[in-house]
Amino acid sequence: MTPGFAGTTRNRDAIEFARSTRVRTSEIVFLLAAVLSWFLLPRQAPMLNEMAILALFAVSLDLILGYAGIVSLGHAAFFGTGAYVAALFAKHWLPDPLVGLAVAALGSALLGLATSVLVLRGSDLTRLMVTLGVALILYELANRFDNITGGADGLQGVVMGPLLGRFAFDMGGRVAFGYSLTVLVLLFVVARRIVNSKFGYGLRAIRDNPRRATAIGIGSHGRLAAVYTVSAAYAGIAGALLAQTTGFASLDVYDFHRSADVLLVLVIGGVGWLYGGVIGAIVFTLMHDVLSGLTQQYWQFWIGLLLVVLVLVGRERIGNVAQRLVRGRDPNAQGDLPP
Amino acid sequence: MLTILFDGIAYGMLLFLLASGLAVTLGLMNFVNLAHGAFAMAGGYLTAVLSNRLGVPFLVCLPLAFLFSAALAAVLEPTLYRRLYRRPHLDQVLFTIGLVFMAVAAVDYVYGSTQQFVRVPDFLRQRFDIAGVGIGGYRLFIIVVCGVLTLALQAVLTRTRFGSRLRAAVDDPRVASGLGIDVNKIFLITFAFGSGLAGLGGALGAEILGLDPTFPLKFMIYFLIVVAVGGTTTITGPLLASLLLGVADVAGKYYVPKLGGFIIYSVMIAVLMLRPQGLFARAGGR
Repeated sequence: MTPGFAGTTRNRDAIEFARSTRVRTSEIVFLLAAVLSWFLLPRQAPMLNEMAILALFAVSLDLILGYAGIVSLGHAAFFGTGAYVAALFAKHWLPDPLVGLAVAALGSALLGLATSVLVLRGSDLTRLMVTLGVALILYELANRFDNITGGADGLQGVVMGPLLGRFAFDMGGRVAFGYSLTVLVLLFVVARRIVNSKFGYGLRAIRDNPRRATAIGIGSHGRLAAVYTVSAAYAGIAGALLAQTTGFASLDVYDFHRSADVLLVLVIGGVGWLYGGVIGAIVFTLMHDVLSGLTQQYWQFWIGLLLVVLVLVGRERIGNVAQRLVRGRDPNAQGDLPP
Repeated sequence: MLTILFDGIAYGMLLFLLASGLAVTLGLMNFVNLAHGAFAMAGGYLTAVLSNRLGVPFLVCLPLAFLFSAALAAVLEPTLYRRLYRRPHLDQVLFTIGLVFMAVAAVDYVYGSTQQFVRVPDFLRQRFDIAGVGIGGYRLFIIVVCGVLTLALQAVLTRTRFGSRLRAAVDDPRVASGLGIDVNKIFLITFAFGSGLAGLGGALGAEILGLDPTFPLKFMIYFLIVVAVGGTTTITGPLLASLLLGVADVAGKYYVPKLGGFIIYSVMIAVLMLRPQGLFARAGGR
């Protein structure tokens, strides 16, 4: 913590800080449940794989939306880039999944770094339109260069090599799920460390009041650019996992509905709280499974209804319930975006 | 070449008509309403249903489309929208995206996902040839209608008592209501009128823009561009922005068919970076 506080405040802050970073029992239970699902639900592996990828994507959005207050309507830009980079890399250079994952992360991180200058300044509306614009531009580019990307038909013939040279991706999708889950857990731990570091607290200060943060010496530009880049890399990895485990990438990865869906996922689970993305992904995927079984074509209607109801009821209320279930109690509710 | 310019202007005028309501809600009231296109779609579908199935003449459909969308908005504003004026932008975004999704799926359910065609009366289908420039009668009609409406809008906003009340309500709702202005009513009327214009635009534009259930999503970014690039301090700003966008889009689709969208989005980002308040904003404007 910053030196110079009065003794008691400092101690209390230190205790709060320690408490917020300590691993809770509920978190361990959560992790165990995830691992057990791999053993106990082999037939559900494809769906669980989807869940893990969506969770990672939502965590990536949470880093910029929940912790830095950047409202993005175009997060699919990074997801799609990761997916295409991974698919193209596997098809033309090297089919090894892990190298492909690293390359995809690097590719989308570079894109994130390049476009981060666009979201540093401006109001919510400007950011909204710029992020949306970037995703649309990439969609148009992928459509234009369909000789490379395969256009609307998708990129066919991506064959992945075995994982670590040993585990080949099987039809049942268990290897795929294990792979995605491992990546999710590792990256989640990293994200947890990031948001509980000084850097993470700096971000929250910027989110809550950028001017005051700057005044007390927390420069916003560098931090925002950094977290935007990290978030882009995360989204890229999520996209790469999708492309690698399905062996396919199409224009759909850049589509607007992806950006909107991930926003919904995060809102279901709670913004500004990393588990929000994971819980949201679980609820969303299960809901998708049930609802699209009932009404294949019109499930979008229910998504819309859910969004409307969530906002009218108040997302913070629902988020708080979920947080209380996992945290037990909530010492300093890192609730929501400031108005 | 000049025909492209002419078509572009007609397209731009149409975009302006569609987006002008958004310029008020988003620009003045600072409410991010992504569902604006849904009201336009409502007007378009009403026209398609009335004229194709019931045989109502096209010109009668247009005012009906206006009234229908306005009525829809007048119902939704006090029940749903009003609660969200003071909420964070994220809430507004989520809420209005939700509305869009519901509208898209509902229209798909009732009318199917195919494109709807609105039959334009024969006397508007003629083509003129003036000094070697081919001019479509329907596009001329659009330009005239939108032009008249724009002038009327400008007059209402700047010359009438309602216009000054609206500006007062937007600048400072508390003081305005302290002065005896019924702010809620003003916002309701404005919102309904803006949505009505969108409905009219949807009806007029069904022929040119195409009308299918994804209409609100497809044109969302266009409306946002008009408002964000045009700025919100005047109505000339969005008008010029719409004309620019219209001409650029038509020309782009004609000359570089596969890169049209790309150019427009890039220009939009560049403008937003250089002039965050919009291209035609006055200094000091809010």
